[in-house]
Amino acid sequence: MAPEAWIDLMLAIVGGAVRVGTPFLFVSLGECLTEKSGRINLGLEGVLVFSAMAGFGGAYLSGSPWWGVLLAGCSGAALAMLHGLLCSLPRVSDIATGIALMLLGAGLAFYFGKPLIQPQAPQIPSIALGAWSASPSVQSALSVNALFPIGVALAGLLAWGLANTRWGLVVRMAGDSADAARALGYSVNGVRIAATTAGGFIAGLGGACLSLYYPGSWNEGLSSGQGLIAVALVIFARWSPWRCLGAALLFGGAGAIGPALQSVGVGGGYHLFNAMPYALTLAILVATCSPRRAIRGAPMALGMSR
Amino acid sequence: MSSASRSWHAQAEALLLPAGAMVAALLAFGVFVWFGGNDPVEVWSLLFRGAFGDAFSWQNSLQRAAPLMLTALAVALPARAGLTVIGGEGALVLGALGCAGLPYLVPLPANGLGSLLALAAGALVGGLWVALAGALRQWRGVNETISSLLLAYIAIALFKHFVEGPMRDPASLNKPSTRSLDPGLRIGAIAPDSLLLGDVHWGLVIGLLLCLAAGVWLSFTASGFALRVVGGNARTARLVGLPTDRLILTACALGGGCAGLAGAVEVAAVHNAANASVIAGLGYTGILVSFVARHNPWAIPPVALLFGGFAAAGSLLQRRLGLPDASVLVLQGFAFVFILAAEALRGRLLPLTMPALGKPRLATVAGRAA
Repeated sequence: MAPEAWIDLMLAIVGGAVRVGTPFLFVSLGECLTEKSGRINLGLEGVLVFSAMAGFGGAYLSGSPWWGVLLAGCSGAALAMLHGLLCSLPRVSDIATGIALMLLGAGLAFYFGKPLIQPQAPQIPSIALGAWSASPSVQSALSVNALFPIGVALAGLLAWGLANTRWGLVVRMAGDSADAARALGYSVNGVRIAATTAGGFIAGLGGACLSLYYPGSWNEGLSSGQGLIAVALVIFARWSPWRCLGAALLFGGAGAIGPALQSVGVGGGYHLFNAMPYALTLAILVATCSPRRAIRGAPMALGMSR
Repeated sequence: MSSASRSWHAQAEALLLPAGAMVAALLAFGVFVWFGGNDPVEVWSLLFRGAFGDAFSWQNSLQRAAPLMLTALAVALPARAGLTVIGGEGALVLGALGCAGLPYLVPLPANGLGSLLALAAGALVGGLWVALAGALRQWRGVNETISSLLLAYIAIALFKHFVEGPMRDPASLNKPSTRSLDPGLRIGAIAPDSLLLGDVHWGLVIGLLLCLAAGVWLSFTASGFALRVVGGNARTARLVGLPTDRLILTACALGGGCAGLAGAVEVAAVHNAANASVIAGLGYTGILVSFVARHNPWAIPPVALLFGGFAAAGSLLQRRLGLPDASVLVLQGFAFVFILAAEALRGRLLPLTMPALGKPRLATVAGRAA
């Protein structure tokens, strides 16, 4: 390849890291909050698909992408609240409920999304961070989803809030020691339901990124495992919102390699490049996890770290 | 006597809770379609007519139930060892690839032996794939639910890569496929001339036999018992010196082998080649079937028939009422939610016997000791 082609490829990957990584960011922040309270919500994959459909439908019907974003968040919160309520019943495992939510979310999304496959919806505007450059490839790489800065701010807010506010302390206490939270008079289930619901709202914003920015349409293959990867990313990020941001960008970059190579004319092994994020996630899990010790930073009451 | 009545109640609950959950799911589905302006009674009757109404729908249901039994075993066997493995879809597509791919590697005799080898290749690939998830959990502590689903996505990508790339039959223009299996390798219908069974292929017999065998293994053999001990309490299992790692890997490999076999049967009996039709979500429905059957292999066939029937009825709902084809997925989602919620009622559904136990028995024991 010529040097210009390499530069184009690198630019496409950097731009793709933000474009593809934004949904990862929102879902992993949502999962981070949920897991800090001591529950795993594997169902965020279902939440992502369902909220992507709801966001697209909302934007299409109202004519404004921001109503779509709001609807996506609320529908994500509703589905996640179901998870929170179900898991509060005795003898109901959060892992199994997550699997149920994956199936239910996808089913509901495909059911309601049938008439939404054809139409176009108004898209979330992009912010041109590359306006200073004359090169069109730089400009296109640096035109950023307007939700991305919101996601970065949310990561900061979550990191600060979990560390410095009363609410953050209560959530972390429910996640580290349910007994301590109960002794201080907090309802552990109540805290966990609230955290799961809020996490679902944040993950729902990720769904809006999928259907209203990139790829920017609704179809049944819109999310294939991004929600699950984001759940795994939280382990890699060791439950820190800032590290979630880094991990999301890294995975956005990995996910952008396939389309970027295709855009510069390398077509072979397309499906294999698309499988890169899954393989990378698995490799990172293998490297991060250990059977002997809990991962540093893991909420103590979390089933996964035991 | 009291302990006998307690076990009787446990068994009644084991039957009543899933049945009640299914009824609740059907009711919720009725309300759901009612909001969409459809008559719930008509939807229910169409569901059952499409599933079990006549000989044709029975055939359709039985045909769909066969792979579900196998993919449900892929969840049930690891679950009895204490693992939540949900990567059956990946093992299924790789099994399909293995079955379609073996003739590329070695010439197979075009007879029953050849079919057996092709099916075994599918089962082997599927078994190794799911065993990988078990191995990662035992040796690296990686959560097996996440890793098995990631492996499933990787498997689907590999499947698409090989089917659309190196193994593509140049003659398959619109729908990339591998080369068709030699007619001698295909698995035929059980009774092609029978009105009742018609198109139902031998995959159904394979599924039934394996469910039966898995149940016998778990209930009546020493290694099956050891596996249930591992699943019940891993620490106890280690304390009494059971080979935990080996048992868990065996359960994963056998489960994955079943799902791989499901894919191989789909190729050898239905599609005749590996192509995108194999990726139909059978692995995901199998998860639900196993949970409804409470991971009991003997309960899997009737549950698989029920959900195979609902899947068969889906097209009738689509044709008659114009409901989206995803309505069956919604029903499955409701069923999953209710079956999990029903778990909370265990031990409370028939509460009358519980208080009768306690004190008197303790008193007699104490009296004897004194």
